[in-house]
Amino acid sequence: MSEQRRVDIRIPVLARVEGEGALDMSISASGIDRLRLEIYEPPRLFEQFLVGRNAQDVLDMTARICGICPVAYQMSAVQALESIYRVEPEPWALAMRRVFYCGEWLQSHALHIHLLAAPDFFGCSNAVELAQKAPEEVRRGLRLQALGNDLIALFGARSVHPVGVQVGGFFHAPQPVLVAAMHERLEAARADAAALLRWTATLPLPDDDQDFVSVAMRDAVEYPLTRGRLVSSAGHDLGIDEFERHFEELQAPYSTALHARLDGQPYLVGPLARMNLNMDRLPPPLLALLDDAGVRFPSRNMFHSIIARAAEIWFAIDEAARLLRDYERPDSPAVPATPRAGIGYGCSEAPRGILWHRYATDTNGNVTEARIVPPTSQNQARIEEDLRTSLTRFGLDRPDAELRLHGETVIRNYDPCISCATHFLRLKVDRVVEEVKTKYKGEL
Amino acid sequence: MSVDKPKVSVHKFSSCDGCQLAFLNLGEDLLALTGLVDIRHFAEAGILGEEEPVDVAFIEGSISTPEDLERIKGIRERSRFLITIGACATAGGVQALRNLADAKAWTAAVYASPEYISSLDKVMPIREAVPVDFELWGCPVNSRQVLAALRDLLFGVAPIDERDKVCMECKRQLAVCVLVTEGRPCMGPVTRTGCGALCPRFGRACYACYGPAENLNTEALGQRLQGLGLVGHEIAQHYQTMNNHTPQFRAAAQRWDKPS
Repeated sequence: MSEQRRVDIRIPVLARVEGEGALDMSISASGIDRLRLEIYEPPRLFEQFLVGRNAQDVLDMTARICGICPVAYQMSAVQALESIYRVEPEPWALAMRRVFYCGEWLQSHALHIHLLAAPDFFGCSNAVELAQKAPEEVRRGLRLQALGNDLIALFGARSVHPVGVQVGGFFHAPQPVLVAAMHERLEAARADAAALLRWTATLPLPDDDQDFVSVAMRDAVEYPLTRGRLVSSAGHDLGIDEFERHFEELQAPYSTALHARLDGQPYLVGPLARMNLNMDRLPPPLLALLDDAGVRFPSRNMFHSIIARAAEIWFAIDEAARLLRDYERPDSPAVPATPRAGIGYGCSEAPRGILWHRYATDTNGNVTEARIVPPTSQNQARIEEDLRTSLTRFGLDRPDAELRLHGETVIRNYDPCISCATHFLRLKVDRVVEEVKTKYKGEL
Repeated sequence: MSVDKPKVSVHKFSSCDGCQLAFLNLGEDLLALTGLVDIRHFAEAGILGEEEPVDVAFIEGSISTPEDLERIKGIRERSRFLITIGACATAGGVQALRNLADAKAWTAAVYASPEYISSLDKVMPIREAVPVDFELWGCPVNSRQVLAALRDLLFGVAPIDERDKVCMECKRQLAVCVLVTEGRPCMGPVTRTGCGALCPRFGRACYACYGPAENLNTEALGQRLQGLGLVGHEIAQHYQTMNNHTPQFRAAAQRWDKPS
């Protein structure tokens, strides 16, 4: 790189991510001087709205934080509320919640792989273009996405902001005839899922090993979904009520989302982190498929996230099929619950990583305080760290357009959900948001 | 792409992204749709062309910053038809609850320069910012609603505004009334149809995510809810959800949110 070269790269609107964000980067002879993943989507202050609300309102309102992972919000919230109300749902409801959650992984991962991430690896700017080059693959992806949506709707009546969950279980147990039809579709989708996994393993993914700490949930027996302990590749093994002792959220002046740190360090959540920490919880046929495809986990290549997503699609289909195989309709879809005062924690594995909730309630069971930590704000510091490393390795003297595309590819690889990340800020950070927005005025 | 195809755009403001999924969840129909229309802007789908003039612009999300306001004005100028999709764009969304808070107290407690923040303090539906040609209600809207509106426009006719009550849909679906038979605090009698009466069919009370219906009687429903044992502020909270900023629901919440 010449001594004079100084490049400012700005991507004012990140395409193919959920929500509104930008990348701002300044490069000089000494390397990357400034790099900011800027999240400017205005906060919606959910934690304030929840105060004074009853349990059902919490489930219905937190879903509105994210149209792509509403099930995750409902699952973390219901877990916290049930722990406060000291309610244990029946095994039927716990199993069906797992199925419900599999639907969300399936649709969210399929959407991300095909509509958001894959176009990057084919020189396409969107999935419509990709559908010209790889029509069968895109159609297969859309089929899997639709299957996930239908699985959510089986228990939630619709896939976006489903209405089926209540404290104690569900409102409705689907009819066996509908479950049998779904089971048949899941069995038939195994072939699509296996083909998808093999396909993602052949994508021209950059080889880019990095050091990072993975954080995921872990269950005694199952691959983590609706519950578990929090573990990390740095040796953490925590109850979800210990989260706040080790994880802190810091504010960056240019972002409406907080940056999370684990004992002061950036960390990774999401499919790659889950795979890295839970390989021994995957079904043997999936391990064999991965082996055949020549992919090894644990992996330190962040770009293996797309393969991890495909593997989790296979897992979600297998798991839902297993749990629905001998379906019987229960006498009642829920056990009764009595609202009460207390503090409760909920944590589950959203498609993008751990989603942690804490609620305090009054004697009527209504919320007095809420705190929600979504996956994308946890990954934000890791994304910036990754961008610095991978762009430097990629070659800072490359043309701007290539740097820009590579930067976007790195960001999209995390499947950031910016709508989620910005909805939890305390009011005090708004002032900083406004400064950033004022600064942008001329640029956007 | 053919130059004859109508140009369509999808824009996002403050929202959860869920209404855009009415397009992205279409499955293979999404590919069919791109054969009928030329999508010029849809950031989440990777198509960036916000400055381009279009025949139909779909708007998701509510307005909550001065920049949003400028952006929507520009989109309005460049769009022949502007259609809002979902509760945020049509009614302000759940985030409009901040309009109900004591804005002054919040702001003074928090900001060094409260006067600077006042413009951010109100969340608006699109109709308060620019003229809107058609509004699709629902939190979220579904693919059926979006495709029906677009199909009607492509045929050159005005889309049909579904304004009748969820109760009507329950009758059409042969769903048993959860208010009458189970005493559940159902909002169906005041809520617009379009969802397919999902909640009553799942044995739960409607929670008004599709917003106010035509000719609604919030007074009679409030009395009925009172009869079920709900107190004033609980009745008010039933109106303070995703469509809290609509004049009808705001008035109903105000009426009931007092010590009885």
